Amino acid sequence: MNTFVSRFAPSSSALPHSKGAIAVEDDEKYSDLTWGSQAGFGHLGTKGIPSFKVPSLADPSAFLRMHTDDYADPSCRIKIQHGTTTLAFRFKGGIIVAVDSRATAGSYIASGTVKKVIEINPYLLGTMAGGAADCQYWETYLGIECRLHELRNRERISVAAASKFLSNLVYSYKGMGLSMGTMICGWDKTGPALFYVDSDGTRLKGDIFSVGSGSTYAYGVLDQGYHWDLSDEDAQELGRRSIYAAGHRDAYSGNTINLYHVKEQGWEFLGNYDVTKMHYDGPGNVPGATGGGYGYEVRTAGRSASDADAIDTSA
Amino acid sequence: MAECSFGLVGKGYVLIASDTSASRSIVKMKENEDKIKGLGPNLMMAYGGEPGDTIQFAEYVERNLRLYHIRHNHTLRPASAAAWIRRSLADSLRSRHPYSVNLILGGYDHTSSMPNLYWIDYLGTMVEVPFAAHGYGAYFALATLDRFHDPEATLEEGLETLKRCINEVEKRLIISLGKFMVKIIDRNGMREVEL
Repeated sequence: MNTFVSRFAPSSSALPHSKGAIAVEDDEKYSDLTWGSQAGFGHLGTKGIPSFKVPSLADPSAFLRMHTDDYADPSCRIKIQHGTTTLAFRFKGGIIVAVDSRATAGSYIASGTVKKVIEINPYLLGTMAGGAADCQYWETYLGIECRLHELRNRERISVAAASKFLSNLVYSYKGMGLSMGTMICGWDKTGPALFYVDSDGTRLKGDIFSVGSGSTYAYGVLDQGYHWDLSDEDAQELGRRSIYAAGHRDAYSGNTINLYHVKEQGWEFLGNYDVTKMHYDGPGNVPGATGGGYGYEVRTAGRSASDADAIDTSA
Repeated sequence: MAECSFGLVGKGYVLIASDTSASRSIVKMKENEDKIKGLGPNLMMAYGGEPGDTIQFAEYVERNLRLYHIRHNHTLRPASAAAWIRRSLADSLRSRHPYSVNLILGGYDHTSSMPNLYWIDYLGTMVEVPFAAHGYGAYFALATLDRFHDPEATLEEGLETLKRCINEVEKRLIISLGKFMVKIIDRNGMREVEL
């Protein structure tokens, strides 16, 4: 962050907040190697509680916003990945998790092959919406803490506890610019469990969630096709179809779909599906697929609203 | 944007649904306002947008289409009426005080035995579509319609799809839009249908 500040400051010597620069330097005594490691987090050591290096200003989050708020200033220097569609739903056969794979920075498609499902451990999945780095970092960190819980308590952490840990963690950074909307999915003693956690500090237990710019479109298909007693194949197909709907309608979502199924024995990766291929040809020969493309024009080709054939012309 | 309307075509008919609330600021002023206007025996229009502009523009269209009917002894076909309405909005946009009105226009064309549906916005964008939606409802319903709409659907099936859209909006949109009104046009003319 030190180099970051100096890069965007008019000149390092004429800083109006030179007092801040000293504070940053003081923090610099923390080696980058120890920071974020178990040593740094687990032991307070002589330096006290380690903390994020934030710009040493009166309002660090306003400073961050100044350079990242692309809505207020499209020419801002740093663009944070925002557009996404992710979904997860609970049903009798476990949990289906489906996500798209597009990363956008403003109107630019930065990547079409992003892994938005974070495999925390063999029983826990986290989804990624909002800041990619924030989600990836903190959910990996959650994985570390979950493993430590296992070692300390000789049993797997519940999904409720894991999600509560993450929610408490991001809440402690509230107002500092974290951006994440995530679903923590897993199977524990209570069965399949699904929680929505975001950087506002919201944590919700539920059966159906969709997060991201394309979520409304995904909900539009998901809600109307959902019921608890869905078969495994039908549930997987519903997950694919819902993300496809968002990939089709939302400019910030698309490319490919990653599909996961959480079962009692842990999660299973089912596959990666190309949205364009699904539009024209469908997902291929996979369980639940009805055959044929999902696209409206493909699905309704040759069908007409004309009732000319129904008219009685003999009269 | 708090207003919401849908339209879809089926086998020999076109359906239009609109919410029935009239609001000013955060206050709901009326909960049974009919916002789907009949524009002759084979044409209807759902309108929404800036309060005041909506009714003024809808009545302006209604009177002009009526005038055309009187002068020529026949009504405009839906495609021609849609083109005239679009042009009216496009001209209005370039005037001192443009109408801010979004429309869904539905009609039945007897010459081709085809139901027609047009999506028109206040900028004068027009497109003929198999289904349409305006307002926040579009964010939910368009995906639902992509999935479930069928141009050869019977009236019962068409109403079922329309119910899905309304159900989805009622379920997910934080603003409650109240009751929806549904009207149909087929070769027998226009009538209201109960959902």
